[in-house]
Amino acid sequence: MKKISSFLLVLTLIFSACSSDDGGGGINPDSFDREGMLKNWADNIIVPAFANFSNSTQSLEDRTNAFVTDPSEANLVELRAAFETAYLDFQTVSMFEVGKAMELNFRNYLNTYPANVSNIESKIEAGDYNLTLPSSYAEQGFPALDYLLFGVAGTDAEIVSVYSSEKYKNYLMDVASRINSLTIDVNAAWQGELRDNFVSNTSSSSTGSIDVFTNDYIMYFEKFIRSGKIGYPAGAFTGDPLPQNVEAYYAGDLSKKLYIRALDNFQDFFNGKHFGSNERGKSYSQYLDYMESMKESTELSSLINSQLDLILSQAETLDTSLKSQVETNNTSMLEAFDELQKAVVLLKVDMIQALYIGIDYVDSDGD
Amino acid sequence: MGRLGRYLNSYTEAAPLAVFRLFFGIMMFASIVRFWLNGWIEKLYITPKFFFSYYGFEWVKPLGGFTYFIFVICGISALMVAMGYKYRLAIITFFLSFTYIELMDKTTYLNHYYFISILSFLMIFLPASAYFSLDALKDPNKIFQKIPRWCVDSVKLLLGIVYFYAGLAKINSDWLFRAMPLKIWLPANYDVPFLGDLLQQQWIHYAFSWSGMLYDLLIPFFLLWRRTRLVAFFFVIIFHVLTRVLFPIGMFPYIMIVSALIFFSPQTHHRILEVVSGIFKINKSRFDNARKLVFAPLTRKITTSVIAIFFMIQILFPWRYLLYPGELFWTEEGFRFSWRVMLMEKVGYAQFKIVDGETGRRFYVDNSDFLTPFQEKQMASQPDFILEYAEFLADHFRKDGHKNIEVYVESYVALNGRKSRPYIDPEVNLLNFDDSFRHKTFILPFDDEIKGL
Repeated sequence: MKKISSFLLVLTLIFSACSSDDGGGGINPDSFDREGMLKNWADNIIVPAFANFSNSTQSLEDRTNAFVTDPSEANLVELRAAFETAYLDFQTVSMFEVGKAMELNFRNYLNTYPANVSNIESKIEAGDYNLTLPSSYAEQGFPALDYLLFGVAGTDAEIVSVYSSEKYKNYLMDVASRINSLTIDVNAAWQGELRDNFVSNTSSSSTGSIDVFTNDYIMYFEKFIRSGKIGYPAGAFTGDPLPQNVEAYYAGDLSKKLYIRALDNFQDFFNGKHFGSNERGKSYSQYLDYMESMKESTELSSLINSQLDLILSQAETLDTSLKSQVETNNTSMLEAFDELQKAVVLLKVDMIQALYIGIDYVDSDGD
Repeated sequence: MGRLGRYLNSYTEAAPLAVFRLFFGIMMFASIVRFWLNGWIEKLYITPKFFFSYYGFEWVKPLGGFTYFIFVICGISALMVAMGYKYRLAIITFFLSFTYIELMDKTTYLNHYYFISILSFLMIFLPASAYFSLDALKDPNKIFQKIPRWCVDSVKLLLGIVYFYAGLAKINSDWLFRAMPLKIWLPANYDVPFLGDLLQQQWIHYAFSWSGMLYDLLIPFFLLWRRTRLVAFFFVIIFHVLTRVLFPIGMFPYIMIVSALIFFSPQTHHRILEVVSGIFKINKSRFDNARKLVFAPLTRKITTSVIAIFFMIQILFPWRYLLYPGELFWTEEGFRFSWRVMLMEKVGYAQFKIVDGETGRRFYVDNSDFLTPFQEKQMASQPDFILEYAEFLADHFRKDGHKNIEVYVESYVALNGRKSRPYIDPEVNLLNFDDSFRHKTFILPFDDEIKGL
């Protein structure tokens, strides 16, 4: 007995000796630089993506202004191009719903679809509305623009003639400026304190940046890519396909591009790829490799990457208009959903476990 | 008179039990206050729309705003226990109110809470107010300086069982040879001062696993033995402070440290009580009347029988998992109430599908409509939760006018760093099963082996 107790004593002494040797001193080369990852996310991805998106929404507002000043088919074409660019660029920032964006409900205001067309029409008619109300999510943002620029009348000429009405002009202008002003706010926040707060909050608790962001990142994939872009229109949840739930329903040929842009950006973020360049920095993929290097590897990062590759290559086979894909051959949409679902499991179960991410808003005793 | 008879008739100082009672009561009071101040009553027992019940205790539910009242009762009774005021009434009230709280929602199940429940049950039968209590102060006839030895020993035995069984449970291949789940948990403490970088080292994960197992198995014996006691107590402090730093386990480490004092000699406890007396200006010598508390024959018979049965259950109950097929960590059949502490990192995902059995129409459930994130996390990796939730969903949608309801779940679970795999058979209608203690056949096989106890 005495032997064992002195053995235990020696064991603790070894522990404490080692901890003062290694732990007290400099940086451990084996340790993953989590702050470096947050810096890469903020400085090389999030901040430039918002800056770029902010340019797009500014030009969207400018083009809208030009169109309502002079409603012509030429100006409509230009405006539509600005709309398409901005909508695609939105896919590069939509997953960053933290900080100011979360506070403003940025994603809800910019991209709640399907748009509520009858409400939009009655508000235009009344000329009296308040787009800052949460109840008006479905009456503004890109889905409202999609309707106003593509669905409000049959031909381009007819659409242009709709904008001889001051009421339509005003509404269109208000929707475009609101997208821009919300984006200006979020962009300004990232240019300022938000970046520093985000990067310095390296706490391992459920309120630390990594935990908070990871929960949102995965939720974005599950709810906004899997369910929003594919699941609801394909009727994966109800068994009834609902083509009117497709993103950019009226623009027709835009929906697949939006889906692919969102997938691309999701994967690029996973791999720490800098915004607008092919350079890579610290990322989930490296973090997973680091955590997995400690155990018999399951190569989770490559499993996730190959599943995302699979989803992307399946996406390429879809009709440029997901609406017509739902209407003509919904099976491909359901196949897309099944592949997305496999990625959800990898992210939500395996990645959460490997990185030991706490779930939101809960802190209670464990044992 | 045999050895047992001689043992039952041997007496010891009442001071250790009195100190235990005092600290236990204070710790429990502090726990209740802390729980309240953290907003957990609201978050865990008022906010959720649905609560998971233990089998057979479906009638135990939070009482809305009155739930606070249960915590008030529990807190007051804990203080009364500490002071030894109307002790028997206080400890019974504490046991009932605390146990009621724990039974309200099994989402919050912790071995630590179970420990408190059964410990307070045991204390109902112990003469913990015979010394250094208000009861005794008010009525000198109730003062006994000496009590039967088994009264103090039964607390030691319970502590010993908790540690030893926790140690036995660690003798498994995941814990010892894969250093799981510590390999997942320890690196996540990267921001702990001084230790953060060290916790990234693999050899540390193994060292913690092995020494944790040895600690749990051996510490009761080293505490019992006079010559190793002081060193052992030093280890108790190190071990529990370390767990407090590394894991979110609240008050429990302090409770265990204080509880371990009971292994010390009566002299030590007299010294502790002298300090307490000094602070509160209590005349401690009034209690030192050298009287022995001798139970009436019938009382003794009943009390010792109850305690004997209690310990038989405690010793046998953790082995009930042997009656179930399949991997214990996977099915969790017989997992709870067995001192399997910190053995698993389990993450699950469960998507429920409600189907109209006649028309085939279906829709999926958004779990966040009904469960808090914490409840959802617990539910997704435990079959009894999944079953109970399926019943709840069926009731809910039946009330909404849905007919011929069938409930299916697509679920995945990752256990101790293994890749996730399907958990519940997605083809079975969960409504075909009633919750029971029988093996749940709808759990898919684990297809791996965790060797060991």
